[in-house]
Amino acid sequence: MMRKRFYNAIFASGIGFILTCMMVGISLNTEGTTLKVEGASAAQWTWIGIGISLVFLSQLFAGQVDAFLGAVPKPQLSKLLPEEGKRAMLKPWLLAALLVVMLVWPFMVSRGSVDLATLTLIYIMLGLGLNIVVGLAGLLDLGFVAFYAVGAYTYALLSQYFGMSFWACLPLSAGLAALFGFLLGFPVLRLRGDYLAIVTLGFGEIIRILLNNWTSVTGGPSGISGIAKPSLFGLEFTRRAKEEGATTFHEFFGIDYSSSYKVIFLYLIAVILVCFVIYVINRLMRMPIGRAWEALREDEIACRSLGLNRTMIKLSAFTIGASTAGFAGAFFSARQGFISPESFIFIESAIILAIVVLGGMGSQVGVILAAIVMTILPELAREFSEYRMLLFGLLMVVMMRWRPEGLVPMKRPHLELKT
Amino acid sequence: MSLLLDVNGLTMRFGGLVAVDHVDLAVKHRQVVSIIGPNGAGKTTVFNCLSGFYIPTDGSVVFNGEQVAGMKDFQISRKGLVRTFQHVRLFSKMTVIENMLVAQHRHLKTDLISGLFKTAAYRRQEQEAMDRAVYWLREMDLLEFANREAGNLAYGQQRRLEIARCMVTQPELLLLDEPAAGLNPNETKELDELIVRLRDEHEISVLLIEHDMKLVMGISDHIYVIAQGAPLANGTPDEVKNNPDVIKAYLGEE
Repeated sequence: MMRKRFYNAIFASGIGFILTCMMVGISLNTEGTTLKVEGASAAQWTWIGIGISLVFLSQLFAGQVDAFLGAVPKPQLSKLLPEEGKRAMLKPWLLAALLVVMLVWPFMVSRGSVDLATLTLIYIMLGLGLNIVVGLAGLLDLGFVAFYAVGAYTYALLSQYFGMSFWACLPLSAGLAALFGFLLGFPVLRLRGDYLAIVTLGFGEIIRILLNNWTSVTGGPSGISGIAKPSLFGLEFTRRAKEEGATTFHEFFGIDYSSSYKVIFLYLIAVILVCFVIYVINRLMRMPIGRAWEALREDEIACRSLGLNRTMIKLSAFTIGASTAGFAGAFFSARQGFISPESFIFIESAIILAIVVLGGMGSQVGVILAAIVMTILPELAREFSEYRMLLFGLLMVVMMRWRPEGLVPMKRPHLELKT
Repeated sequence: MSLLLDVNGLTMRFGGLVAVDHVDLAVKHRQVVSIIGPNGAGKTTVFNCLSGFYIPTDGSVVFNGEQVAGMKDFQISRKGLVRTFQHVRLFSKMTVIENMLVAQHRHLKTDLISGLFKTAAYRRQEQEAMDRAVYWLREMDLLEFANREAGNLAYGQQRRLEIARCMVTQPELLLLDEPAAGLNPNETKELDELIVRLRDEHEISVLLIEHDMKLVMGISDHIYVIAQGAPLANGTPDEVKNNPDVIKAYLGEE
């Protein structure tokens, strides 16, 4: 037993050593026109050594560590929380309190924090959208960012060429993204899991490459800039009104101009959009279509025998998910004021998928938590930005090892028969 | 009286293998008809062809005066021809009542708007679906388990739930694929009574694949025998029982 573990530890640390040497130990630097290979500094080698010995020791004593962790009493969450009946009563109050905090909070903190919160809300929207497709309907979609791009470009182009307002474009963006989802899904959803993943991956790339090369319309790699910001019933958030005769927000209310109004306004829109999306998904899960998704995930053949049209049911999940991404996309381009194909690369799809998997597939609370973790952690750990992907991978490995069902595993609302 | 199901020359080929070879079947209204035959005779393949899981290579399947061969599985089941499976196929993570509701999917208002705003029509339909589900659970003696996970039921109960789930779709013809497999003698007797009740009280027809000869001979109005994909004999239970070809196929030659 000990010997087997010793070999295991040697093997693991050996692999670890080779990988770290390749990723950290050797670096390529440009010197003039030539590339120069450089080894790591002595301090870095020390750190690598410490890391490798850690891997070795943890593998060698894996059994003991697991036993130790198992012996540590787990906090009994259910005992800390109030009883079932009380919880149901407290829930609306808690939600209301949370909403109030969300609405009041931006007025007390810095502009940067509010901006980061807005970005987080965009990822929450994307995560919730993909959660419908992956978590609820069980369809692996690796090109989700395509619908995000469709939504973003819909608003950007409509605003650029036709001067349409954000509010008019928001449903249009969602609708167009849904249409793309429908058109892609129709031929593709007959495919099973892995094939579907590959086709959606390809679709994501097609959209990006199309945006990159259709220079006459989309501006190609240089993107579209100067996208109009949303307005509040026609009141703009700029220092001076763009058009003659229009009033700006601060003039209307007779207050001094401050750029943070705009940031807070965008944040509040994002909060409203997220609340809307959460409400819709909550209803969907309790509707016949939500039950059909679950049933289809469990046993497709039984569904077919009961007269359920599986293509339409999958398509509905795909379309609704895509429209959520369209929402997020339109809001994203309005917030940035500038978009380019660079924002819609595959890594974005991967991050959104990671949010869904980390959060717990199908679980709304989990996805929201994971979205917060995934956007705020990189901001907090700026000095490690070079190792961002490495940490990201490590997080995934650790999660899959100890909590494969996600941060907050899904609990489906069961329909009860009242007698 | 016209035929409910009229199958003529049904043939299914997989490459060079002829799994079903010119099989004819006829089921009248309110009849229990059985298909028997040795293992691997192609009985389940016949079911797969009838229910649209396979598109038959040749032959016609007329259900209620309408050609259904070549239709999609879900379309056929919506016409009122619903099947069960040899191995129980429940949505085992869902509750019993939810299983019953999923089966009624096509009878429900499924559009987004009415569901999002819980319109009166939506709520009424949900209530009706619930009532129908409760009715059939009571018929099948499963009402007390309504809020249990389907996967946690005993095997006999799962079998009954599968039939209940079919019945709630309001079929005219029920295709049961070895419903007595794995049941104890007591449960088999209950199944026997249940099938008779479905025919006599609920006025539906049943097409049955079964190996339990006591069950088959007791309840069938007509029996078809299939061996190696081809029809061997058919007739009333007594005729089939005394047919020398059937005895040969089951017991081998002397």
